[in-house]
Amino acid sequence: MHPVLSTVLKRVGLGIVTLVIVSAIIFSSVSLLPGDFGESVLGQAATEDTVAAFRKELGLDEPAITRYFNWLGAAVKGDFGTSFSGRSASGVDRSRSVASLVGPRLYNTLFLAGVTAIVAVPLALILGLTAALYRNSFYDRSINAVTLTTIATPEFFVAYILILLLSSLWPVFPSLANISEATPLLERLNKIALPALTLTLVIVAHMMRMTRAAIINLLSSPYIEMAQLKGATRSEIILKHALPNAWAPIATVVAFNLAFLVVGVVVVEVVFVYPGIGQLMVDAVTTRDIPVVQACALIFAATYIVLNLIADVIGIVSNPRLLHPR
Amino acid sequence: MNNSEEASSGYSAAAEVGLKRKRRTRFERMRIGLGKAPLSAWFGMIVVSAYVIVALFAPLFAPFGEADIFPTPYAPWGGEHFFGTDQIGRDILTRMIYGARNTMGIALVTTFLSFLIGGTLGLVAAISRGWVDQLLSRFVDVLMAIPSLIFALMLLSIFGSTISSLIIIIAVLDSTRVFRLTRSVAVNVVVMDYVEAARLRGEKLGWIMRREILPNIMPPLIAEFGLRFSFVFLTIAALSFLGVGIQPPTADWGSMVRENASLIQFAKYDMKAAMTPLLPAAAIALLTVAVNFIVDWFLHQTSGLRDDG
Repeated sequence: MHPVLSTVLKRVGLGIVTLVIVSAIIFSSVSLLPGDFGESVLGQAATEDTVAAFRKELGLDEPAITRYFNWLGAAVKGDFGTSFSGRSASGVDRSRSVASLVGPRLYNTLFLAGVTAIVAVPLALILGLTAALYRNSFYDRSINAVTLTTIATPEFFVAYILILLLSSLWPVFPSLANISEATPLLERLNKIALPALTLTLVIVAHMMRMTRAAIINLLSSPYIEMAQLKGATRSEIILKHALPNAWAPIATVVAFNLAFLVVGVVVVEVVFVYPGIGQLMVDAVTTRDIPVVQACALIFAATYIVLNLIADVIGIVSNPRLLHPR
Repeated sequence: MNNSEEASSGYSAAAEVGLKRKRRTRFERMRIGLGKAPLSAWFGMIVVSAYVIVALFAPLFAPFGEADIFPTPYAPWGGEHFFGTDQIGRDILTRMIYGARNTMGIALVTTFLSFLIGGTLGLVAAISRGWVDQLLSRFVDVLMAIPSLIFALMLLSIFGSTISSLIIIIAVLDSTRVFRLTRSVAVNVVVMDYVEAARLRGEKLGWIMRREILPNIMPPLIAEFGLRFSFVFLTIAALSFLGVGIQPPTADWGSMVRENASLIQFAKYDMKAAMTPLLPAAAIALLTVAVNFIVDWFLHQTSGLRDDG
């Protein structure tokens, strides 16, 4: 078998194994619940019968392995069970299915992340390239200082400064991103401007620094020195010689940062009251709505693992040493 | 000609070789090192020491008690309350000062715990190799595959948001990063002859860990401690901001940002009041930047790293 193919297959296999183990960890967290959880969900007035029925619904009367595979099988089909909230002691069940809670919010989160990525990726690449091109210039140094500061500051600080400047002092954008399914696209874009801008600032800082580092790392290789010695200009060297070989590390950087974006989204969604999956998860954590927490954690973890997997596969596929084995 | 010049100035090579080399004390070396520290490192050190002093002597600095409630909620700046009061009438300045103590204290304990867990396991993995190393490393790989904020949120929903569970959860999640670093630095030291000698001498695992390897991997670990501290600090602040970290009435900066966030809307009418939620957020950011500056300088000092990479 071609070495690239076998390496990629190995990496994908490892990714799948990781996913399975991670899902097992997320699942088994339920068994760590304190014993009286049925009562705390249903309230003090719950009868023995309702608690027993609730425990049965959680499947606590079956062996863990069976429960795990039932849960995983249903989760793959998009069925994450029903939420804990909306249940009462009298046995009346007004709870909603987790899938119906997560579905629309997942779409919202993907929309926000997508818009951010469309803005952030080209911006970061251009900034990173130009910073590498004019290395150690005033431009490079100032970008460096700004990005270092953004990286070290918490997302909510950036978010509130943006709200203060762009929403409160000069009302350019709304500070609440309370969209609904009926919101038309243009209004939607206007409403998510500030959250997307916050995420962009955070992501661009990371991505730009990594792009710059990747290019500068390449610039120290012998063939670049050769190009310098034969008299090529600086932009020629970067665009014609360095960039083609830098695509792999840059693609890795992009995928890695999109994975990072998935996590950063949680805090930003809470700041702007954006109805996304991050906020759903935080709410579920406060009310200890375990099925919802599990579903959100699984979605976040799976996205993170898959994006990292893609980053690695790009790295493998574009590695010339593997593509042309001796 | 050379000879005559040297002779006239009284130089003698033999004399210089014969000179007894004066060894600088640790204190002297530290002073020389500090003298060469760049401005950013000085800035970092001053900021961090100011924070530490405020945190240590919080009751002396704070004008009121940590959970004292006053009649006017959202009082403006100035007057009796320097930074005004929050939504239920607690003095902001007081809570900022106590927040330094709580937020930094919890982050520090967490970081120590995560180094204790991650460092010990990392050393054990590096020394014993074989299946122990494989088992620990693969386990850490899996834990690191889940974004730590998400994992922390999930575990908090199960164990509840008490301070002890917060510390243990974050310490365990963070120890995976410490494990990785410790193991990767330690494997280079484990192969040294003097470790082999200690082994042949019959020293136990504990001795090899503490006396042979640990002193040789200290610099990267200390730098990592600074970085991990700021990371843990940011994670705790983020969790508290989300309302699932440090719970009221304990003052901390993350939840203070959240509690006073609505004041930003009034920036046009009272700029000072609108700055209130930004104060704790800025305090968090300033500390992280300061710690990063110090770590940068420390890494330069110990490894001669150049920053053109």
